[in-house]
Amino acid sequence: MLAESGKLDRRELTRALLEDRGEMAVIAGLGAPAWDITAVGDHPLNLPLWGGMGAAAMIGLGLALAQPARKVLVITGDGEMLMGLGALATIAVKKPRNLSIVVQDNEHYGETGMQETATKYGVDLVAMARGAGFPHTMLVTKPEEVPALKAAIHAGNGPFFAVAKIDAASKKLVLPPRDGSIIQNRMREAILGPAAHHQL
Amino acid sequence: MDPNAIDKAPDAAADWPDQIYDLLKKHEIRQVALVPDAGHSRLIRRCLADNAIAVTTLTTEEEGLALLQGAWLGGQKGVLLMQSSGVGNCINMLSLSHIHRCPMPMLVTMRGDFGEFNPAQVPMGEATQAVLEAMGTIVRRADRPEDIAPTVDATIRMAFNTFRPTATLIGQRVIGAKTFGKD
Repeated sequence: MLAESGKLDRRELTRALLEDRGEMAVIAGLGAPAWDITAVGDHPLNLPLWGGMGAAAMIGLGLALAQPARKVLVITGDGEMLMGLGALATIAVKKPRNLSIVVQDNEHYGETGMQETATKYGVDLVAMARGAGFPHTMLVTKPEEVPALKAAIHAGNGPFFAVAKIDAASKKLVLPPRDGSIIQNRMREAILGPAAHHQL
Repeated sequence: MDPNAIDKAPDAAADWPDQIYDLLKKHEIRQVALVPDAGHSRLIRRCLADNAIAVTTLTTEEEGLALLQGAWLGGQKGVLLMQSSGVGNCINMLSLSHIHRCPMPMLVTMRGDFGEFNPAQVPMGEATQAVLEAMGTIVRRADRPEDIAPTVDATIRMAFNTFRPTATLIGQRVIGAKTFGKD
């Protein structure tokens, strides 16, 4: 699971987190996290985002509140999380037990030319989440810590927030469907059944 | 209401905030996202007192559109309450509604609109409708108390029946402009 840099391989990490996912719904922030969750196996309970930078964690909150019996995992990047930091406060106040957020932190804006993000300069997203009031947080840097990360995601005593430091290298592009209505409505149908399309 | 508050709340005799609450119940709205505004203060209190409505107080209004997206994925209807200045914080996030065809109704209390005292409210107040429409939102105004309930009803219906962002702008003429004691 380690890249040559000695950091976690993002795709292998994603594969490990989504293995045996059960009925967990997964929201992926735009860019590499969206390609990652698609590369390890597209799924009706995946919502890979094409836009709305800064939205991923809050989409996770809305879904977690609507479906309290279902685990919701947000996988996003450091740049996307930095754009919506206020969500950490909003989510910590609402205390959704079924919501987990994992930031795959490569310390760069990967889609725009690998410019450095604030985490490269020591901005500590785990400390920010803890300061906001997340009761459980983790910083993951080694493969042997991944089973504990996975266990925390499935524990259901969230909100849970983790940063996984990952290798910065870009991976092969594996694109999800580009029609967002399909991505949205297949998840609605997977959660709500055929009634999803008849609801008024 | 604090007489020294900068924003003006609806008159105690006005019943349109209660009419909006009744509409939220009629349309089975289960999530209300908001950045507080004095104009919505009574409606917010009604929602907070209702265990069947999850109220999420946001740090910035754009979070609310993302929340509505998540709620809809999970089969719940939501609305976003905000002041006109908050519309400016929402611009790019409105694209979520178009990407996914997600219903996103917004109820906006206007500032910088009619008899405004505070110069800082005017730029965004004047731009509110244009900005929303530039992002493909169906916008309808209510400038008389009796127009508010039917307009909000239409805004909620059009969002969930036609899968797009919609907004009611509640005019400052209805709410009244605060004068900071400088009548």
